[in-house]
Amino acid sequence: MGEEDGERKFRFVGTRPIRHDGVDKVTGRAQFGADYSLPGMLWGRVLRSPHAHARIVRIDTRAAMAIPGVKAAATSADLPEIEPGPGPANLAHLSRNVLAREKVLYHGHAVAAIAATSEAVAERALLAIEVEYEPLPVVLDLDDAMAPGAAILHEDLKTRGGKDAGPTNVAAITEYDRGDVDAGLAEADVTVRRSYRTQTVHQGYIEPHAALAQTGVDGQSVLWCCTQGAFTVRAYCAALLGLDVSQLKVIPTEIGGGFGGKTTVYQEPLAILLARKAGRPVKMVMNREEVFRATGPGAATHTEIELGARQDGTITAARVRMCFEAGGFPGSPAGAAAMTVLAPYEIPNYAIESLDVVCNKPRTAAYRGPGAPQAAFAIESALDELAEKLSIDPIDLRLRCAAKQGTRTPYGPTFKRIGLIETLEAARDSSHYKAPLGPDQGRGIAVGFWFNAGLNSSAEVHLNEDGTAIVATGNPDLSGSRASLAIMAAEELGIEVHRVRPVVADTDSVGFTDLSGGSRVTFATGQAVIDACRQVVRELRQRAAKIWDCDPDQVDFVDGRCVPAKGSGLSEEPLALAEVARQAGRTGGPINGQAQLTARGAGPSFATHLCDVEVDPETGRIEVLRYTAVQDAGRAIHPGYVEGQMQGGAAQGMGWALNEELVFDTQGVLQNPGFLDYRMPVASDLPMIETVVVEVPNPNHPYGVRGVGETPIVPPLAAVANAVRRAAGVCITRLPISPPRLLAALHDESGGDS
Amino acid sequence: MTCLVEIPTALRALCEGELQVQVPVGNVRSIVRALDERFPGFREQLGQSFAVAIDGELIHDPWLEPVPAGTELHFLPVIAGGQETQVSVNAAYAAPEDVEAAVALLAEAGSQGRVLAGGTDLIVQMRTGQCSPQLLVDVKRIPALGVCELGTEVLRLGAALSSAVLREQPEVRRVFPGLVEAAELIGSEQVQGRASLGGNLCNGSPAADTVPALIVADATCIVAGPTGMREVPVAAFCTGPGETVLGTGELLVELRVPRPPARTSDAYLRFTPRSEMDIAVAGAAARLELGDDGRCRGARVAIGAVAPTALLVPEAAEALVGSDLGEDALEAAAAAVRAASRPIDDVRAPAAFRTHLVGVLSKRVVRIAASRAAGEPG
Repeated sequence: MGEEDGERKFRFVGTRPIRHDGVDKVTGRAQFGADYSLPGMLWGRVLRSPHAHARIVRIDTRAAMAIPGVKAAATSADLPEIEPGPGPANLAHLSRNVLAREKVLYHGHAVAAIAATSEAVAERALLAIEVEYEPLPVVLDLDDAMAPGAAILHEDLKTRGGKDAGPTNVAAITEYDRGDVDAGLAEADVTVRRSYRTQTVHQGYIEPHAALAQTGVDGQSVLWCCTQGAFTVRAYCAALLGLDVSQLKVIPTEIGGGFGGKTTVYQEPLAILLARKAGRPVKMVMNREEVFRATGPGAATHTEIELGARQDGTITAARVRMCFEAGGFPGSPAGAAAMTVLAPYEIPNYAIESLDVVCNKPRTAAYRGPGAPQAAFAIESALDELAEKLSIDPIDLRLRCAAKQGTRTPYGPTFKRIGLIETLEAARDSSHYKAPLGPDQGRGIAVGFWFNAGLNSSAEVHLNEDGTAIVATGNPDLSGSRASLAIMAAEELGIEVHRVRPVVADTDSVGFTDLSGGSRVTFATGQAVIDACRQVVRELRQRAAKIWDCDPDQVDFVDGRCVPAKGSGLSEEPLALAEVARQAGRTGGPINGQAQLTARGAGPSFATHLCDVEVDPETGRIEVLRYTAVQDAGRAIHPGYVEGQMQGGAAQGMGWALNEELVFDTQGVLQNPGFLDYRMPVASDLPMIETVVVEVPNPNHPYGVRGVGETPIVPPLAAVANAVRRAAGVCITRLPISPPRLLAALHDESGGDS
Repeated sequence: MTCLVEIPTALRALCEGELQVQVPVGNVRSIVRALDERFPGFREQLGQSFAVAIDGELIHDPWLEPVPAGTELHFLPVIAGGQETQVSVNAAYAAPEDVEAAVALLAEAGSQGRVLAGGTDLIVQMRTGQCSPQLLVDVKRIPALGVCELGTEVLRLGAALSSAVLREQPEVRRVFPGLVEAAELIGSEQVQGRASLGGNLCNGSPAADTVPALIVADATCIVAGPTGMREVPVAAFCTGPGETVLGTGELLVELRVPRPPARTSDAYLRFTPRSEMDIAVAGAAARLELGDDGRCRGARVAIGAVAPTALLVPEAAEALVGSDLGEDALEAAAAAVRAASRPIDDVRAPAAFRTHLVGVLSKRVVRIAASRAAGEPG
């Protein structure tokens, strides 16, 4: 890797073919998680905790098992005990989230599961399970969790990175600092000091979690499920159930949205466990209410920021303290937030601290750019206020301190070639930024950053006898990755994109591949596909040499044809790839390529977003009038799907800013477990989102690809808030900016009443 | 060797009133054939697409499904395009073709029976376990419940008339723009094809969009029951959240809306945080009649989502009648509306916000209705 193809002329990269899975998806033929069934199948249902915090004294499933049609029951006693241990995926916690063991830690926490001949019978059986709880005080939020004398969720929890030995609800502290913050603030002409809060949000994928498991008497199991990572599900299920990995095959179905929320397991191990106990296949499909009560969410946060700058716009210091609600088990993205919060800027003095805090809410899961949107909301809002105090254009202020090649990140490494400045300039030069605004209208800008991931990928390329090709990888297609992988294969093989069939393979059929997340698929798995294709091309040249009876060095591969190399002295007619493929049997056998790698050098992607809003001062309602997302994609393999990612992320981020919020009552019970009252934006709530794709190639990818999927959700929270602040003249420090909240802020500001 | 077949309510008449029949075992195909021999027409009545439940286990496309001895078999309608649903497997389904038959079924089922029109509320309630009726009486096949007739005196709207049909009537829209715009706000394009005006009313939601619009239009409900027909003003139809004046066996048949006087028009406005697919945080409807001098000659103002039922607010109308509809009159009407509202605090909005909003909405809706009335040629 590491070769630079910056000057290369592309034939397929940068084109917009219709995605290979498009027709299936728009005609309803695509098979999602809940679409799979097997003969003799049972239905599994989960009993969930009615308490947000309680000790489990006793669970008795005997009465439930006595109901006709009930074939199996499962509790945590059926799972091997896994001792708590370190590591990013703490399996002891994961096991206890899948089925509560000593305690229930949130309302809706899974306590037991039933498999029966129908969902109705299983539901009835759940009611017959006897559970004795000893209710404990509910730790509702960050303030509760960190108050002196707070109830403790995990008696054995110690603060990672902290000095206090516990007991505590603070699971981890992450710190980064540089220079002397107090001295830097003392140097400043202007300072901004604010406290920001965001509420718990849900990823809001349309498809509920679904799993179908089949287990043979030999212990071999097959699991169909909608997931972002079949290999991840295989690993977790094997570990939680004490199986060999080779005993489990996971077949990823089409996925109806994940956004990070389908990177873990919930009922998947339970389906296998119940299938094993009942000796029949078991299907489990969550309903929407369960999705809201027991999966996701994205963390609520509280951030305090202090910024100082000189009159000329030089930022002298920043102090940031962020607290993230992890929910029932440690693992919020507080650490990632600490890494991202100041990453777009060069600031000489800073101190960043972030805390991962447990409380009695559902265990948080990854959500698109985990931690970064909340962090960006705070820093980008504070920067905007600073710009206003300094009377400096908000884009100019950011340009003055924008990170560039060679800037050292707060988390350590220095940036290689990055495109932040290019996105800021493109936003500044856009027609949107120059457009006039009317009364009650305002314009916000905000910047976003995400690292992007590399990780492990495998790919297989099979050249068919007619010159078409199969590209098999292990990444579920969340957002058009089939198309982007097929385009890269077409580019290498010199055949039309629709002569490449991209396949999402199961865990038995392709080598290990990390999940579809971290904006890694087109970057990392794309590299594996390119490598595998290059093997195929090497083989094609050898086969052509055999046919021509010459040395492989005398054969070049150009535009899908083997041609005599310049200066080879050969005068053979070019051999098309399809012709070489047809003759494979007589030249050495099938022609396949196979590659695996750990991709390194993922290029960070930066974005600058512009948002215009109009505020109704009588009702507090916010109308988003215009929105432009500018982002560095490195190289847009399929520009249409890059733009789709930018639009999708912007839409989700706007929802987060405007109305989305999981509302819990004083007992920790979720009040809005459905899309009616968990108000994600609908299409008519948003304008057409304009996109500007900037291409500053990533030097670490053969084509220059940077991941693009996560960065677009990072800026919108602040872009909307800054627009509202400028439209309404009130400082927005709390999300969502729902109408009642904005109206109250407007009245506080004017001192008036309704 | 037999199994027990439960006869669906809709097929009972055909099956000589039998509730249950013993049939030789086999598969679903052989059982349907046996029933058809015994009760000619059974298979035709059952139709092409149905599901069965064998001992409570729901089976779609069950034609060749074996039915063992001693089991109990239920025939079920396929709902939602044949997708598996969690709709109670115990609910029988009937689709009578006249009001009398519907009333008889409802009277017999008592509290276990529910009227199914579009099902946009009922099916959701069944899925979430909020209700589990034993009998669904589908009223969409009753011609009287599908009427949409604008006469010289009165507009007749069948209770099962869908929003989608209503909005396709240009003359109705011209005379009752507020009523039609209220119906158009419900749900989504897809939901509109199912959602009925009668259902919106009978569901008893305080936030129902069409109810304030029907109240200002002075609509009357025609209700059929075991003892005959009766009339109830829309304003008195709902008695609390989810509650109406309908008694056992009673069915809302039709809404009758008198044609408004000259220089009269109506409007409905609601507030939702989202632009659609949402439920009113507050709603207001107004009907304004203008005199030749342009002053307000008659007014009706109704509000929704701010009290246990939608309310007519006569005090708001009093503030408007005789006025020039200037800012003072509008503010007085808004104050009357706020005084009449008794909202709750819930996840959708705080009570104080709803009270404030309904005042804002009432002013805006009066302005819209007035400008429509002024533009309306006498």
